[in-house]
Parts: sequence; structure tokens; C-alpha cells
Amino acid sequence: MSLSHAFFAVIRRDLVLALRRRSEIANPLLFFILVITLFPLGIGAQPHLLQAIAPGIIWVSALLAAMLSLDSLFRSDFDDGSLEQILLSPHPTSVLVLAKIIAHWLVTGLPLLIVAPLLAVFLGMPNHSLGILLLTLLLGTPVLSLIGAIGVALTVGLRRGGMILSLLVLPLYVPVLIFAGNAVQMAGSGLPVDAQINILIAILLMALVLAPMPTAAALKMSIN
Amino acid sequence: MQTQSIHSLEGSGLSCIRDDRVLFEELAFELVSGQVLLLEGKNGSGKTSLLRILCGFREPDAGEINWCGDAVNDSPFYAQMAYVGHLDGIKKELTVRENLKMSLALSSPGQYPIHEALAKVHMAGYDDVLAQALSAGQKRRLSLARLLITENVLWILDEPFTSLDKQGIALIETLMTEHCASGGMIVLTSHHDIDLPDVDVQRINLS
Repeated sequence: MSLSHAFFAVIRRDLVLALRRRSEIANPLLFFILVITLFPLGIGAQPHLLQAIAPGIIWVSALLAAMLSLDSLFRSDFDDGSLEQILLSPHPTSVLVLAKIIAHWLVTGLPLLIVAPLLAVFLGMPNHSLGILLLTLLLGTPVLSLIGAIGVALTVGLRRGGMILSLLVLPLYVPVLIFAGNAVQMAGSGLPVDAQINILIAILLMALVLAPMPTAAALKMSIN
Repeated sequence: MQTQSIHSLEGSGLSCIRDDRVLFEELAFELVSGQVLLLEGKNGSGKTSLLRILCGFREPDAGEINWCGDAVNDSPFYAQMAYVGHLDGIKKELTVRENLKMSLALSSPGQYPIHEALAKVHMAGYDDVLAQALSAGQKRRLSLARLLITENVLWILDEPFTSLDKQGIALIETLMTEHCASGGMIVLTSHHDIDLPDVDVQRINLS
């Protein structure tokens, strides 16, 4: 059957699986909300300080939530042999892998976008920077899934790959964190943020093109 | 029923080394349509490793594998093979039908539609049952049903009789005979004695 049919079948399958398992959607989201609520509790009643560091808090929490959810990307497929069947498909593995990453983002990245405005208001972020916060999350979280996929593909064959995964992946998340955090900060002060947004778009496009192929290659190595 | 073009699978000079232990060396075989290759040998003799090399999951440490005269990677090998291994590749949160539909999407439709394939492995009526409710033997039948719904010439089966009852084993033997009669070929490992009177069975002993 055609490649596009296989592509959408993989996305559909992963979404159905996520809906039937539920915890895959709920856990990263709850983690995201919990980490953000810990900051006001830890820092105390200092609204100005909170407001100043809000973009950083939200973005670091998003990074951590994305990282925690990464393992579910290939783990169950690796354990039950579905991954072998995907690799044996005559369709290019990188395209099928991209489908899995997209499904993973829809399940773990998109929900963060939906709760982020609420949490931003909760931290006292100015209203006019909410739009930019959402835009950076929309452009940045897919990058987290794409880059993370390479790391998971490399470590999925290891029994305890969790720690290595974070050491591998977190440094690669730094550019997204810098430009996204900076954009939200600048928007809060009413400055133009076109440059940061353009760089985020560029990073996203590069990750879309460059990430699936090494992920497919790493999966082939891991399954050995 | 289908075009009887002749396919061939050749391996030459194959060797596999694992952790400084030579599992096999200078292994050669040739298989053509209608034949079965049965790999025998004691545990750890490299049967599964050879199957995984044939699937492309492992690189052979020496030697090459050709499909119809061309190197495996330059030929439509992956579109014409199907593999059922130790892991059954079944998602337990999906229903029987959803599992088979996924396999179908990853490959091209073959000889039988899904409901006929399920009837053939004696699982008719299980369409909407979640795979986690199936017994081990039924899961095995489900993964073997995958061979029937997708288009393929070569079946690579790793211990296909595991957890099947007597009827199940007889059923798989019938399916294998039919597959070979229609021009297919099979490479398998098995601890059970296989009983295929009408098929040309080659045996390789790896130990």
C-alpha cells in the first residue's frame, strides 16, 4: 500500500494506543503543572520575582516534561516486537519514524500548549506576552520530540537508559530554551521578537528534515 | 492462483561471531520457490542469529545474501518477505482486527482478506477482541495470520510452533504446505519435528 497510507496508519495507531493507555497523556501534563506550581510555593509571595522568571519556569518545565515522556516513544514497540515489523516494512523507516514522532507530539506536546496560558496567568505573566509564549511552545515542543527521538532510539535497547538519555538529550535542548525563553521575556517588555521566532522556525524545519534519518539508523542499531 | 515466478534466496560464506565466539562459519545455502529450509541445532548454536541476519537486523560478519541474484538491499526483498519472531509484534491494547490492519498498512495486501485469514487460523469471530484477552497460542495464531494477509514470498519463522496445541501445529503445517505449493518459500527454526510430506525440506544443522 502507499506510503501516505502507512504514514497515517502509524499516527492513527499511536493515537488510539495513547487514548487506551491514558497515563501516557496524563503523566507529562500533570508533571508540567506540578513543577510549575512548586515554584511559587518555594519562592514565596514575591509576585515581581515570579513574573520575571515565569518564561524560564514554564520553558524549563516543558523541557523536563518532554524528556520524561520520551521513553514511551519506542519502548512498548521495542518490547513487543512491533518495532521489528516497522523496520521490516518496505516503506522508508525514516518516514514511519516521523509519523511516530508526530503522534508522540500530539499526545505529549500539544496538551502542554493548552494548559500553558492558565499557568502563565497563575505566575502573573503580562497578558500581551501570552500569545508569544504559545507561539514559542508551538514551534519549540515539536523540536523537543524530534531531537529526543534520536536519543531514545539510541538508548531503547539499554535496560536502564533513562539517565543516559537525559545526559544525551538535555544539552541539545539548550538552543530552543535560549531562543524561546528570550522571546517570551522580550515580548513581556514590549520589544519585537521576530528574530527569535524566525530562528525557532529555522530550528524546527531543520529538526523535521534532519532528525528522522538518524533516528531510523539508531533504531536499526538498537534492535540488533 | 498466483503467478508462479521463481524466486531464490542464496547465502554464501556466511559467518556470525558473537562475543568472540564463532557461531557458524562459511555457511552456504540456496533456496528456491517451493522449498523449506529448516535450521536445526542446539540452543545457542546461532539459529536465531542466522534468521536475524536474513531479516537485516544484524550484519553477517562475513559473506553475503542474495535475493533472486541481487544483493538483498538492492532488490525488492523486504517487500516480499515476512517475519514472525520470538516477539509476536502484537499490541495488546488493540483489537485483533486493528492489529492486522496495521500490518497490512505497513506492507501490501496479499492472498487473503483479514476475515478469511482469521478463519484460516481458526480465529473467526475474534475480530473485535482486544489482543490482551487472547491466550498465548491465540496470539501466536494471530501473528501467523499476518503472513496470510500480506503479500510475501519468503516466510522467516522463528520457532513458529511455540505455545501452539496439536491442532495448531497441524494447521500451521497445512498453511506452510499451501504456501510452498503456490510458489512460496520458508526458512524456519523449530524444536518440534515438522511433518511436511509434500514439500522439499532442506536441513542445516548448525551445531
